Amino acid sequence: MIAALTRVFGMHNLALAEDVVQDAFCRALEVWRVRGIPENPSAWLMVTAKNRALDVLRRQRTARTFAPEMGRLLESEWTLAPAVEELFAAPAIKDDLSRMMFSCCHPRLSEEGQVALVLHILCGFRVGEIASAFVSTQAAIEKRITRAKKVLAASKRLFDITEAADFSTRLPAVHRALYLLFNEGYHGASAETAVRAELCREAMRLTAVLLAHPFGATPATHALAALMCLHAARLPARVDGSGNLISLLHQDRSQWDQELVGEGLKLLELSASGAELSAYHVEAAIASIHARARDAHDTDWAAIVSLYDTLMTTHPSPIVALNRAIAIAQNEGPERGLEEIRSIADRDRLAAYPFYAAALGELELRRGRHEAAREHFRAALALARNPMERRFLDRRVAAGAGGGAQQAFPERFWDQVLGIFESQVDTAGGSKLEL
Amino acid sequence: MSEFTYLFRGRDTSASPEQMHKSMQKWVAWFKELGANGHIKDPGHPLEGTGKVVSGRHKSVHDGPYAEAKDIVNGYMLIEARDLAHAVEISKGCPILDVGGSVEVRPIQIFNI
Repeated sequence: MIAALTRVFGMHNLALAEDVVQDAFCRALEVWRVRGIPENPSAWLMVTAKNRALDVLRRQRTARTFAPEMGRLLESEWTLAPAVEELFAAPAIKDDLSRMMFSCCHPRLSEEGQVALVLHILCGFRVGEIASAFVSTQAAIEKRITRAKKVLAASKRLFDITEAADFSTRLPAVHRALYLLFNEGYHGASAETAVRAELCREAMRLTAVLLAHPFGATPATHALAALMCLHAARLPARVDGSGNLISLLHQDRSQWDQELVGEGLKLLELSASGAELSAYHVEAAIASIHARARDAHDTDWAAIVSLYDTLMTTHPSPIVALNRAIAIAQNEGPERGLEEIRSIADRDRLAAYPFYAAALGELELRRGRHEAAREHFRAALALARNPMERRFLDRRVAAGAGGGAQQAFPERFWDQVLGIFESQVDTAGGSKLEL
Repeated sequence: MSEFTYLFRGRDTSASPEQMHKSMQKWVAWFKELGANGHIKDPGHPLEGTGKVVSGRHKSVHDGPYAEAKDIVNGYMLIEARDLAHAVEISKGCPILDVGGSVEVRPIQIFNI
């Protein structure tokens, strides 16, 4: 709705658009409380917002300037209502979502700013929700969004999605924002829940809108969509009854959403066109190997290593290198894994990352070096970001204190670490902790 | 360029909502065309069928004009055209003509005092 309203009011009246939407929701609360929820709530909201917009346009005709694209259509009763009507029609709305997505990914905004805007404006997330999604404070997110909106308001019009050139310039940013959004939902650095499926769903919904647009249906978009489907397919098995993350290797694969797996594999195939090989392609390919494996031991780890090799040449980063090292350890044993970890360039960037220390701990544990393992796990525990991680790492410290009797655990832990790692791939090399 | 007023008459008040909707679409299209060609000076407004008539030295007030009257003005618009003939040409695209209505084309009177 906000997207449609900014088309009428103009980008510089973004706040007005938000107010109108807010009014519509308030009205809904009043009326629905008395008359009950209508059969089609979203249509009701749309009509209410539209009528409120017409009100505003009439009353503030002389006081404000509205969207330049609307020209003089808003000035006269001959054309006002029909013009607004047209903008609220279904095909226009879909277009507006794309338009808004691209507008939010303004080049003058930081990545975090772009994603925050997408969440706030397009997905309707409150500031508090965004703050917990990005492990930041309410005040910081508030500031970020306010600044971002100012940048947006300064642009004369909504991003014109009919311009092919501009579209392809911003598309990578849009991809990145959607990727980050999905990742936040899949991994969950938030203090409350390990996984926030609604973030994943939003990311998938918006990616689908992108795919539906002629300029948006690029191979990379298909790969991104495939990646999301393949990961989302595992969500039902990813969290246990007590809210703990279950590693990929120990998940009950019968709980995986096979429809999503199928969808993902199909999208992956569709992405295999053209010369472009994005990081999303590689990640989706890795996800597809897991998706096709009957169980953990059936997994083609060598192929995964080779895919990480590719990722390291096209999109090197410490996190990718770490994931690769873990895959190598899985394939060739802990010594090789440790070797690889020690030779990661820019290792210091992983210093604040609990699972870097945890991986070192695990590999040492597998080699029987319990003291070293305990040191690493303690270091990891100190860096834990939420209760779930703390519980998890606590158990590892205890395991390190054990000794021979704990031999049964390393396998499990290793699986859990891997399970968490496999969701951490950050292809631009930045630690997600910075968000 | 000179200015002219269009006075529209003959709007179909018995039209169904669907017909009204379609007719509004036609008006928007015509407006966009006029606007694109730089003819619109003031887009004007449609006018309600009710109102009052104030007349004479005694300033008597009567109800009217009545909506059924064929010569009630339904709306107005101000346009720019080269001359009267041009303004007349442009007016021929008006959708009200399709429903048997009319467009009165009047030049703006310029007073040089």
